[in-house]
Amino acid sequence: MASLFATCRQVGEVAIVDLSGRISLGEGSALLRKTVRDLVEAGQTRILLNLGDVNYIDSSGIGELVSGFTAVRNRSGELKLLNLTKKVNDLLQLTKLFTVFDVYSDEGTAIRSFR
Amino acid sequence: MTPQAKHLEVILDTHVESVNLAEEMCLRVAEAIGFSEDECYRIGMSVREGVINAFHYGNQEKPDKKIHLAVDLTTEKMTIHVMDEGKGFRLEDVPDPLAEENLLSTSGRGIFLMRTFMDEFNVVPGKTGGAEIIMVKKIPPSNNGNHGSPTSDATPKQEA
Repeated sequence: MASLFATCRQVGEVAIVDLSGRISLGEGSALLRKTVRDLVEAGQTRILLNLGDVNYIDSSGIGELVSGFTAVRNRSGELKLLNLTKKVNDLLQLTKLFTVFDVYSDEGTAIRSFR
Repeated sequence: MTPQAKHLEVILDTHVESVNLAEEMCLRVAEAIGFSEDECYRIGMSVREGVINAFHYGNQEKPDKKIHLAVDLTTEKMTIHVMDEGKGFRLEDVPDPLAEENLLSTSGRGIFLMRTFMDEFNVVPGKTGGAEIIMVKKIPPSNNGNHGSPTSDATPKQEA
């Protein structure tokens, strides 16, 4: 099964992480954890995860999203989500995490939403 | 066991890769039965979560312990059993991941997903000494009798 790929780019003060593949137990979750941790340790407090090409996420991946959200918020920053696929969208609705995350479908709008 | 009933069973190592293996195996069975793409996704996810539970919480990632996965097929339903070699747990002790105070928890959603995605779900003391997760997906009447091929690829009691 394909794992996860992550590419970081900077737009103004926002770090955008383009993710593709599966965020699941093992390599996928580990890569997401490392990517967010590296950004936070580098002082980045405005992080936008682009999940447009993430076709699968399990409870481990959901946990990693929450962990990243909390880690950034503990540094007085914000972690937001962009371009959810239907499966990821449905899972976040189901687990009530839509009430936790700021979710966007347009990159420009998402970038402007950061304080 | 009725003439049409089928049973397959594998013993998996307590390893991350076993999660993918179990998911793939049950997905093949579900696809062969003729479940829709959405139902296959739900079954695959539930198996995945069950095996993650056995791997992480039940066997506590100890490599000397095994995960026992079994699938029973009848014309009416697909029943999946996931057993670990841990200490077992009671469903009523599992925190509700939808409770406000648990929303930011980084774990504890697997049981909820299995309960949501499957038609029946239960946890009982397993014959392996740990917990046995039992989950059922009912087979739509139009698919009944369409499960001749999935077990032909599976070797019973295979060590993975």
